Amino acid sequence: MTSPAPLTHQDHDVIVVGSGAGGGMAAYVLACHGAKVLLLEAGRDYDPVTETPMFQLPREAPLRGAGTQDKPFGFYDATVDGGWTVPGEPYSSAEGTNFMWWRARMLGGRTNHWGRISLRMGPYDFKPRSRDGLGADWPLTYDDLAPYYDRTEMFVGVYGSNEGLENTPNSSPGVLQPPPAPRAYELLTRDACRGMGIPVIPAHLAILTERMDGAALARGLWPNNATARRVTEEAMNERLACFWATPCGRGCSIKANFQTPTVCLPPALATGNLDIVTDAMVREVTVDSADRASGVHYIDRRTREDVWVGGRTVVLAASACESARILLNSVSGPFPDGLGNGSGLVGKYLMDTVGAGVYAQIPALENLPRHAEEGASAMHMYMPWWLYGEQLAGQLNFARGYHVEFGGGQRMPGYGAFGGLEPLTDGAYGQRFKEECRRYYGSFVFFDGRGEMIPNEDSYCELDTDQLDQWGIPTLRFHWKWSEHELNQAVHMQHTFAGIVEEMGGQVLSTVQTDGSRAIAAPGQIIHEVGCARMGDDPSDSVLNQYCQSWEVPNLFVMDGAPFVSNADKNPTLSIMALAWRSSDYLAEQLRTGAL
Amino acid sequence: MSGVTRRRMLKTLAAGAAGAAGAVGSAGCGGDGRPGDSGGAARGSGAGRAAGGPGNPLAAGTPTDPDLINPTVPWDSVLTEDELRRLAALCDVIIPADDRSPAAASIGAQDFINEWVSAPYEGNQNDLTLIRGGLAWLDREATARFGSEFSGLPAAQARAICDDICMESRAAPEFKTAARFFDRVRDLTSTAFWTSAEGMEDLGFVGNRPMASFEGPPREVLDLLGITP
Repeated sequence: MTSPAPLTHQDHDVIVVGSGAGGGMAAYVLACHGAKVLLLEAGRDYDPVTETPMFQLPREAPLRGAGTQDKPFGFYDATVDGGWTVPGEPYSSAEGTNFMWWRARMLGGRTNHWGRISLRMGPYDFKPRSRDGLGADWPLTYDDLAPYYDRTEMFVGVYGSNEGLENTPNSSPGVLQPPPAPRAYELLTRDACRGMGIPVIPAHLAILTERMDGAALARGLWPNNATARRVTEEAMNERLACFWATPCGRGCSIKANFQTPTVCLPPALATGNLDIVTDAMVREVTVDSADRASGVHYIDRRTREDVWVGGRTVVLAASACESARILLNSVSGPFPDGLGNGSGLVGKYLMDTVGAGVYAQIPALENLPRHAEEGASAMHMYMPWWLYGEQLAGQLNFARGYHVEFGGGQRMPGYGAFGGLEPLTDGAYGQRFKEECRRYYGSFVFFDGRGEMIPNEDSYCELDTDQLDQWGIPTLRFHWKWSEHELNQAVHMQHTFAGIVEEMGGQVLSTVQTDGSRAIAAPGQIIHEVGCARMGDDPSDSVLNQYCQSWEVPNLFVMDGAPFVSNADKNPTLSIMALAWRSSDYLAEQLRTGAL
Repeated sequence: MSGVTRRRMLKTLAAGAAGAAGAVGSAGCGGDGRPGDSGGAARGSGAGRAAGGPGNPLAAGTPTDPDLINPTVPWDSVLTEDELRRLAALCDVIIPADDRSPAAASIGAQDFINEWVSAPYEGNQNDLTLIRGGLAWLDREATARFGSEFSGLPAAQARAICDDICMESRAAPEFKTAARFFDRVRDLTSTAFWTSAEGMEDLGFVGNRPMASFEGPPREVLDLLGITP
């Protein structure tokens, strides 16, 4: 290996590794604070403005847009060089484990295709052990993070409403964008759930339902920082509101939804404080003679050269497992088990979200007059967890909650349109089949539970010493075990949804399981993997402090999903961004005072 | 190119000039020796971009990084002309013409199925075997029962065969395999038909066009469902 001459050591105040939710937000906040930031992204450059297939039809795509091994979520899904596999970058699972690891190799990472569901963790979610004795507490409270949830939502643009429900926090007044009008099937579901005591309320998604008031928002976010105010206002004013068509998972050329290449990186670049290097696959954080982080090694994917760059501080935001992999691969004299891994907890307490669902047909929705139902692409309404009291009273056989995501409607026909009708139509073909398709159009709905997994010692990743990737970097091996809490929760989900379908007068088309191991999605499949470098109050029992700062290496931070102590049912991206903002404020202050 | 991208590239180039090896290339083009690049990425080539062609200059043009704006099918189709002709006859039995829209073959359902079974993925290759074998079986069955290949049968005779294989759960044991073939062709024909311009119009799909506002369901729909917003 030959390292070229370093880019003047400590030329950059911060090296940020990864440009997704955590890294993109860190780069924006740090650059606004005046720090000189070098952002390294393993994937290629990517521009949603020019690359998004906004109105392309399924019939213009190979296989009518069907998912393949190369493009698992469909041809038009924004993901570049990724999915469950990345070419030349394998991973493995221990015997009996089937972990699925979704990655992307592109600027913005997984923020380009994500579901945009943006739910705040609530007060209970930060202190789960104090509440029910399981898992571990976070070293911070909801009140500590609440101001950063407000800031993140103001900056990102999140639609939703304040319902004041238990452990489902309100945003501050004026923070949320107005929620879109509910669709027909969402209203029908709401009415069916009313008698069951299940709340159906406006969802929170990172999609603009109206133009941003850039001047007012920027003033609120950065009252004492003229540069930050200017770049933020300009970037916000370039974003348009949703025009109620085209799937968000393709990306958004009008910048109506959140992805870091359209929302975080343009204002960060406009400060003049940010450099971005793409195709830079980081493999190791180096340390100096004082045991501080000195920089990183990366492989230039185009030349396959090994490059070293130095910086005053390093922020890993490569995704929970990839950041753990970098730490475990950063072995040196004082850190024989990986950088900042004195606790032995790097890679440990890996979590995903519990997923289980049902698919159903609702006769009331047959033959409805045709009308626009694409809306904001994803859900306009959802069900937050509603059984906190029953759970605490020990009336359920699982300890933590789930929320419900659901969908349906008169959507654009794509691959699979009216597939699987054989059992519903008694094997119709010919003229009768054609008429059955017209009748059934828009009458299918699905319900997906998204539940909290309690961290356990049997779910973790470690280095696979037998396997290098194509860059010569040791890869990860995954271990996994569900507890009864997750398995019972998955069964509860399916049975609850079957009850909702029954209430709606419909029939469930999928199998409702009584065996949790059959109901639950594969580990990793919900793509909410968090943990692997958890934060805490005690260096012997955590990797990071509450500012995502390494206990052992104070100029090393981890700002993706890795610091998560628990994995509430709330989708993690909003919390990753709020934590990254809070930690970046702290880091910038440390730089300013010279502490780092 | 957007202003943002240009600024990003300028910043990146500046970093390169300062000595960050590897930075210079990040302003470079897709398909430029990117890992997994098969070399067939003409759309991503520098020449294409300089010429202002329609290709996406950033996409590598590989199966995992295709040009999403200008999709192409990168594999050759494998079914023979004769197989396509026989398949078209079955597609038309599955979705015939009526007063609202044409039959499946006239919108090219058999060509989509050809694209499908020719794809290099495992599931598609399994379908190739299923559908080729099924087509051969269909003509043997038609000949044995009625003395003609399937495409030449009068409607009543074609239906007689299809009725035996249109539903696997109640098909006789000797027809189970053929029923799986029939169901797969029915599903693929359905995809082909309902995603076509004619099929989408028949279905009455409303969407894929910008709207100034989203108002939710019209009054008529709410009344039919008996709900108040």
